[in-house]
Amino acid sequence: MNAKVIVVTSGKGGVGKTTTTANIGAALAKLGEKVVVIDVDVGLRNLDVVMGLESRVVFDLVDVLEGKCRLSQAIIRDKRVESLHLLPASQTRDKDALDPEVFKGVVRQLLEEEGFTRVLIDSPAGIESGFKTAAAPAEGALVVVNPEVSSVRDADRIIGLLEAQQVREIRLVINRLRPKMVASGNMLSEADVLEILGVKPIGIIPEDDGILVSTNVGEPAVLGKSQAGQAFMDTARRMRGEDVPYPKLEQDRGFLAVLRRLFGGA
Amino acid sequence: MFSWMKGRRSKETLKDRLELVLAYDRAQIPPGKVDALRNDLLEVVKRYFPAGSSNVEVEQRGDQVVLSASISLEEGAGGTGDTRRQG
Repeated sequence: MNAKVIVVTSGKGGVGKTTTTANIGAALAKLGEKVVVIDVDVGLRNLDVVMGLESRVVFDLVDVLEGKCRLSQAIIRDKRVESLHLLPASQTRDKDALDPEVFKGVVRQLLEEEGFTRVLIDSPAGIESGFKTAAAPAEGALVVVNPEVSSVRDADRIIGLLEAQQVREIRLVINRLRPKMVASGNMLSEADVLEILGVKPIGIIPEDDGILVSTNVGEPAVLGKSQAGQAFMDTARRMRGEDVPYPKLEQDRGFLAVLRRLFGGA
Repeated sequence: MFSWMKGRRSKETLKDRLELVLAYDRAQIPPGKVDALRNDLLEVVKRYFPAGSSNVEVEQRGDQVVLSASISLEEGAGGTGDTRRQG
């Protein structure tokens, strides 16, 4: 993806936006990019705890917008992955504290003055002002979708809104895919999701207990060895233009068959 | 309904449902409105051709949501008309 500023969104809550933001951010940083992840979920801050950086929050995005601190003072540098940074949301304010135009200015500053090469914006759930602010500076979007009815429907709505906001590069991250259920015909495959939504996936993340463990301890899964962590790492590589094949997921013939169909193998 | 009980894979049912609901969502039409139109159409047709069998369905073709009606005109002689209107 050429887009430097990417919003991570989904419409529906609870599908894995924050986990995706944390992991893709950490993965891109591991691959050498200077990354800042921004939490725009004002009042329901969570990216800090998922990344294990909650104890280091002093200032937040709203403080920056209101001129209570300098931008560089609010940015937290991750100590495990060099070049990974977090700009936290305010926990005490509400979404009206964010103005899309002012937020755009902050993102411009991050790119031009702070020298970040990639900005990932964790959008709040919903399609109201919080989402619109989060998407305002974005050139690209990762739409996180679970292969189930309400998530797919909401993703379709969000894709329409992103297109209306002139977001150019829209890609899907299919999260929580359960290969066994896909194989038995009781869960949509990535080919089905592509067919229904008409948007290309750039990542397929299997359901994995390792994700809960990694959020429990506040360490992004891409820093460990779980299957989902590896899938997020692969996703980040694809975002950088690498041609990374989708690995075969364990105990899973039907899923493999789908992959073969997708990639034209025998 | 309950097609999954007859051994149909639930994924296929979900795909059909999603295709229809997304068609309505994208066109910004409340499904109930189309349903009412459909029933009215069938009623009018039945008034003129009580013996005929008709079918009115909503489907998506490319970017467009289309109401397609297949009306068989049977009045002794019989014949099939295929009328399509965009909705």
